[in-house]
Amino acid sequence: MTALTLAIHDATTMIGRELKHTLRFPLLLVGTIMVPVVMLLLFDYILGGPIGHGLGTAAHGAPYVDFLVPGILLITVAASCGPTAINVNTDMTGGIIDRVRAMAVTRGALLAGHVGGSVVRTLAATIVVTGVALLVGFRPKASVLDWFAVVGIVAAFSFALAWLSAALGLVAKSIAGANGSTLPLQFLLPFLSSTFVPADSMPAGVRWFAADQPFTPVVESLRALLTGAPVDSTADLALAWCAAIAVAGYVWAQVAFRRATR
Amino acid sequence: MNTLTKNPTPNAVSVNGLRKAYGEKAVLDGVDLGIGEGEVFGLLGPNGAGKTTMVRILSTLVQPDAGTARVFGHDLRTEPGAVRSLIGVTGQFSAVDNLLTGEENLFLIGRLLHLAPTERRARAAQLLDRFDLVEAAQRTPATYSGGMKRRLDIAMTLMGRPRLIFLDEPTNGLDPRSRHIMWQIIRDLAADGVSILLTTQYLEEADELADRIAVLDRGRIVAEGTPEELKRRIPGAHIVLRFADAASLDAAARSLREGSRDDTDLVLRVPNDGGIRSLRDVLAQLGDGIAVEDLSIHTPDLDDVFFALTGTLSKEQNQ
Repeated sequence: MTALTLAIHDATTMIGRELKHTLRFPLLLVGTIMVPVVMLLLFDYILGGPIGHGLGTAAHGAPYVDFLVPGILLITVAASCGPTAINVNTDMTGGIIDRVRAMAVTRGALLAGHVGGSVVRTLAATIVVTGVALLVGFRPKASVLDWFAVVGIVAAFSFALAWLSAALGLVAKSIAGANGSTLPLQFLLPFLSSTFVPADSMPAGVRWFAADQPFTPVVESLRALLTGAPVDSTADLALAWCAAIAVAGYVWAQVAFRRATR
Repeated sequence: MNTLTKNPTPNAVSVNGLRKAYGEKAVLDGVDLGIGEGEVFGLLGPNGAGKTTMVRILSTLVQPDAGTARVFGHDLRTEPGAVRSLIGVTGQFSAVDNLLTGEENLFLIGRLLHLAPTERRARAAQLLDRFDLVEAAQRTPATYSGGMKRRLDIAMTLMGRPRLIFLDEPTNGLDPRSRHIMWQIIRDLAADGVSILLTTQYLEEADELADRIAVLDRGRIVAEGTPEELKRRIPGAHIVLRFADAASLDAAARSLREGSRDDTDLVLRVPNDGGIRSLRDVLAQLGDGIAVEDLSIHTPDLDDVFFALTGTLSKEQNQ
């Protein structure tokens, strides 16, 4: 076997381990589904009326739920950050990491397993959340090709955030700390973007931040794809952000991993 | 005459001038040691002596600051991959995956070793059977006893048929029964011709299992030899003879001509390794005329070893 096939084999093994963990201990997956579902119901049924009236042209004439669901998908991706950081931190504090490191296993396989497992988990959660959204009246106008693009963007964003979460899990001193450090990713950044309301409806300082932070182009390209609006350059910007976050998260995770195992 | 048998080269492990410091504290302060192929080598020392650091360096988990170390001729620094494919490590802390069943744990290791599926299954079944884990194979280690967890740990270490195994305090925290099972496992491994580096805090354990012992104290090897050689250097082994009256004590002290007497307790302490033959010698020297009230054997413990070798008590060094 060449180094590359070995690396793929080892990473696949560790992803398989991660997914088996999820099946044995599904509580974290349930959590990543519950958060977006509760937000969907809360924003659609309780807050949706007045928000929907104030939307203007932002939803391209569709009801608020069609504006909201792309944001809820983003929340689903962000909600996976906690479990990923927790799982990485748990592995670092247990003995299994030393066992794997003392074996002739590809160096990056352990973290690759966490990141790959996180992406698969997130996609599974996204499917469930999309199903709930359809039940509460979400009516997407996306073509088959658009759907592929949606899956691609969700996967890319999930991949990027998973590397960042892995790094946060590596530098955290405890499991609780690992979860806590991902809270800004899970809640603050989604709220300070056009996830629930358009960025240009916000106060000046926040608007500037919301318009330029990575969550906004991601949610806006998802929204354009799902509501059948023209996607234009916002998808390019979203993918550029995904690449930048993935590279930064990856480099940080490698440095943190080396420091943690010295 | 074959010089190799007379002076075996340390094929499995050879370590020269190994140093490792964490901050200001030198954990290993110039360690040299060699382990022959098929040898069980005991690294004896108290907590904080540097035993675990030694194991972590030799198993490629930690880089030394200075010195060289080779495992079966492969340099740890330049060929860690080759070293990793030859070794197995069972650390002090459980290295099993608590969310996978016993069998799945072995399969995971088999996959990481790139074993073919049929070989993976066969090897796992064989190890589950060997370590008496067949019934527990489909359960997660959360339901296992300490001894079972340790046995699964060792089984995972053996999946890759390592030629050198590091066992870092393998009986730490086990009950006496599990400890004896573990000793038998280690003896069986040695009988298979596997080289073993065993660390322990207990002289008894090193004595029981090791062909050779090195005593590690504050990052230095302070003594090395076979268990017999080491015990001879320890003055702690003696028997205590108690007598009914001063006349018997006098008579005994005269016939034995060695040992220290305590006239208030009517006790005589005689250096003795406590073996049947040497006990019989002492009793023969006493003859039938001197009545011994009580006889007890005092075997040296780690504190005696440390007192003898370093002149300080190991308990003080822990602080």
